Amino acid sequence: MATTQTLTPAMERQRRANLRRNAFYLALIAIGLVAPLVAYPVFLMKVLCFALFACAFNLLLGYAGLLSFGHAAFLATGGYVTGYLLSSHPGLTPELGILTGTAAAVLLGVAFGALAIRRQGIYFAMVTLALAQLMFFFYIQAPFTGGEDGLHGVPRGHLFGVISLRSNLAMYYFVFAIFLFGFAIVQRAVHSPFGQVLKAIRENEPRAISLGYNVDAYKLLAFVISAGLAGLAGSTKTVVFQLASLTDAHWHMSGEVILMTLLGGVGTLFGPIVGAGLVVSLQHMLAQSPLGNWVNVILGLIFVICVLSFRSGIVGEAMKMYRKNFK
Amino acid sequence: MTMIFGVPLAVFMGQLLLGLINGAFYALLSLGLAVIFGLLKIVNFAHGAMYMLGAFATLLGMRYLGINYWAALLLAPLFVGLLGMVIERLLLRRIGHLDHLYGLLLTFGLALIFEGSLVNFFGVSGARYPTPDALQGGYQLGFMFLPIYRAWVLLAALVVCLGTWFIIERTRLGAYLRAGTENPALMQSFGVNVPLLITLTYGFGVALAAFAGVLAAPLYPVSPTMGSNLLIVVFAVVVIGGMGSILGAILTGLGMGLIEGLTKVYYPEAANTVIFLVMILVLMLRPAGLFGKEA
Amino acid sequence: MTFMKKTLASSIAIAAATALVATSAQAEISDGEVRIGYLADMSGTYRDLAGPGGLEALRMAIEDVGGEVAGAPIEVFSADDRNSADVGANTVREWIDTRNVDLVAGLVASSVVIAATRVIAENDGLGIVSGAAASSITDEHCTPNHIHWVYDTYPLANGTARAIVEQGGDSWFMLTADYAFGHALEGDVTSVVEESGGEVIGRVRHPFPTDDFSSYILQAQSSGAGIIGLANAGADTVNAINTASQFGVVEAGQQLAGLLVFLNDVHAMGLETTQGLLLTTGWYWDMDDESREWAERYYERVGRMPTMVQAGIYSSTLHYLNTVDEQGTDDPEIIRAAMAEKPVEDFFSRNGYIREDGRMVHDMYLARVKTPEESSGEWDLYEILATIPAEEAYRPLSESQCHLVQN
Repeated sequence: MATTQTLTPAMERQRRANLRRNAFYLALIAIGLVAPLVAYPVFLMKVLCFALFACAFNLLLGYAGLLSFGHAAFLATGGYVTGYLLSSHPGLTPELGILTGTAAAVLLGVAFGALAIRRQGIYFAMVTLALAQLMFFFYIQAPFTGGEDGLHGVPRGHLFGVISLRSNLAMYYFVFAIFLFGFAIVQRAVHSPFGQVLKAIRENEPRAISLGYNVDAYKLLAFVISAGLAGLAGSTKTVVFQLASLTDAHWHMSGEVILMTLLGGVGTLFGPIVGAGLVVSLQHMLAQSPLGNWVNVILGLIFVICVLSFRSGIVGEAMKMYRKNFK
Repeated sequence: MTMIFGVPLAVFMGQLLLGLINGAFYALLSLGLAVIFGLLKIVNFAHGAMYMLGAFATLLGMRYLGINYWAALLLAPLFVGLLGMVIERLLLRRIGHLDHLYGLLLTFGLALIFEGSLVNFFGVSGARYPTPDALQGGYQLGFMFLPIYRAWVLLAALVVCLGTWFIIERTRLGAYLRAGTENPALMQSFGVNVPLLITLTYGFGVALAAFAGVLAAPLYPVSPTMGSNLLIVVFAVVVIGGMGSILGAILTGLGMGLIEGLTKVYYPEAANTVIFLVMILVLMLRPAGLFGKEA
Repeated sequence: MTFMKKTLASSIAIAAATALVATSAQAEISDGEVRIGYLADMSGTYRDLAGPGGLEALRMAIEDVGGEVAGAPIEVFSADDRNSADVGANTVREWIDTRNVDLVAGLVASSVVIAATRVIAENDGLGIVSGAAASSITDEHCTPNHIHWVYDTYPLANGTARAIVEQGGDSWFMLTADYAFGHALEGDVTSVVEESGGEVIGRVRHPFPTDDFSSYILQAQSSGAGIIGLANAGADTVNAINTASQFGVVEAGQQLAGLLVFLNDVHAMGLETTQGLLLTTGWYWDMDDESREWAERYYERVGRMPTMVQAGIYSSTLHYLNTVDEQGTDDPEIIRAAMAEKPVEDFFSRNGYIREDGRMVHDMYLARVKTPEESSGEWDLYEILATIPAEEAYRPLSESQCHLVQN
């Protein structure tokens, strides 16, 4: 940068902070690139898909203050639409399938959002829960989902018609790219004026209204972006695992994503990622151990502990500590 | 045979009656939720687990303590009610000052713990509880064979629901409760022990769920997950009725049972969905629910 | 184990040929270990049917070959599929990717099996399905990578439904579990009933699993059908039978036909409720000396008598391990071919062999549940009425929709 000599001390601090942040992001990306060489790629892909799902959810809860208890519907919609398209149209490339699945989730988000944002707080949570339940029964009945059997044998296909995704490593880098894309959207949304207005609404809705903001439009947009990203996560997950099932549509899934976000830290950028990583690892480790049956009990305990005494989550508490000790 | 829209009258009446019996369960459960919500403003996600615990207390009481059905009808709700009071005192009270969404999340976690622990000891396939001897057999109603036990469930649920309504609307204790719902600070300054009132209310609400659980034990397999799927339907019932409305919860519960029964006659596949459709309709027309006040 | 050495002369040549392929491909035991993954419902509805007991049966087979084959030790992994296709398929994928599992055994709920066998086929592995019922597993869902061992919906319909129609029960109402297995069973029963001159006058599909059967039972009652066919399994069947007894179905003159009833279900419901029920089974512990001998050994370890699925897990694992021993490799393709070259003849399977669609056909049995007076003990539950010969029991290859079958 040629103009560094004219920087004021405040700008200099800002520049350093930006540098630090960029270095931090680069380090994380580097870790993401090397990770599949060390760990089982399918496991990492699962973590990334859920991390994206949790980030999408967090955009709504953490920044707009809306607790959705029906986000599983978007995850499942993305998954089913992508899965159905890819298995019934063998020529279709995976990126188009994922795009369509995401678009379907966006549309569903518009419909649900329009209904749900009329209510606040607990009512909002209940309405989203009931709407998601409606989708659950729809997916049980709809012939294209395979009902209880699920949708199997979704081909991974060739990315852009060229790169085969059969190998887990190729698939991983594709998923990683999608994750970075989704995360960038969340990051941009949060740090944009749009994100600032959302926060203003969260803190004091009447004031935001009196300042002339069309609060409903802002909430709806946040809801739709969140739904779309959740759909993107579901679509990607379906391509990775080559199946879509009712597990993704069940309300337990909506509860799980709340837990991931709460555990990692509501309203922090990286909290949902940490939370998703922890919950998925926990489930994974417990599933094949003698403690397998205790997964739900342990998740429940984490829920209770988080709510009682750990409400900022891991990343939130860590940031508090960092600020206290280093600033 | 008389036909109603292409369905034999017998089938029509039978499904309606069964629907009403299911509705009695909805009414009991949503009543408890409404009572709790009214005072604590918490959506009690552990309500399904409390219903399940009521059924399990009945089953285990018979197996290990020789408690019969009639005693369980009293003891199981008492036991679960006490458990509820402990939960309120130790956990819910500590987050009372926070956003009420935290209450929902806390009780959700509790539900996972209760269900998960029982799954480890009893599996998920469910155990049988015998129909009490006095309620064996059935009535031939002409249009259907009605097992006596199901008739009893309907009767017992209605009596308890109406009794609860009477206590809340017509007694001094109920007046405190209603006043506490409106303005707890004022009640406190009048010398009413509001924290105690809250504890008792939560205990009473979950005891109602446990009572429903006792009624359910001889009908359905007693399994740790029996409450969780029912709960979601009951949530929808509460939203339709208007959260916190006592009479709304009872009437909507019974009404939704009937609508569900009606759906089973004409389009059985949609029976699980119809309540949620009604809910969306109600929310579009009356966002506060049929009997609720605009928040 | 003499029957294992009874290799047919005709197959020796082919076995030798495959052995030749084996050496030319330098196939041996991969990783120096034979790795078996046991995937089953360990905690849910089908726990007693396969579950931990099935794992014990699998371990018995391993012990009976001395813990190693072709000089390689045998390792077992097990996992609970929780009856979820999602969990099942992902577990199998991970076993194959990270542990290089050579055989996936167990495989119970049909929905899990269809998902899991897809993954097995895509990764060129080998699976032996012992618990699942859907006949579509070796029909439209067949792959060259899995074998279906114990039974399927076709003989269940063929045995039980035919026998009932022949006894005069010719008007049916079907109560069907709404997933792959239920649909398959309903379809198979319908065609058998119609073939034998009966009629299916109505049906209702219920979600899996269902607690409240009252409304379905009411519909079945008002249908006026003589027979109510239960195309479901496990806890659903038990619930349906119990609800039917609450509503006085049998007193009112209708008869229940449990199409898939396992030994553990009858044991759980008791003879008082189930007496006289006709059912088709692939095996029964008390059917002859050979079976009794194995069942007693099993009983000593588990404390329950084995179901046909648990016996089938032993039988299929032993057949697999012996084949690996003979071939000196665990290459799935070679083993799959070699397993089909030998007849399957043991305490479990009579006149058994593996067809090109992956179906292991063997004699099936029509049984009747004993009355409490007839029964001499806790597990004395069935009387075998007739043997359905292997060739007649299963869907003939000429009707197969499997892409591996030349029609």
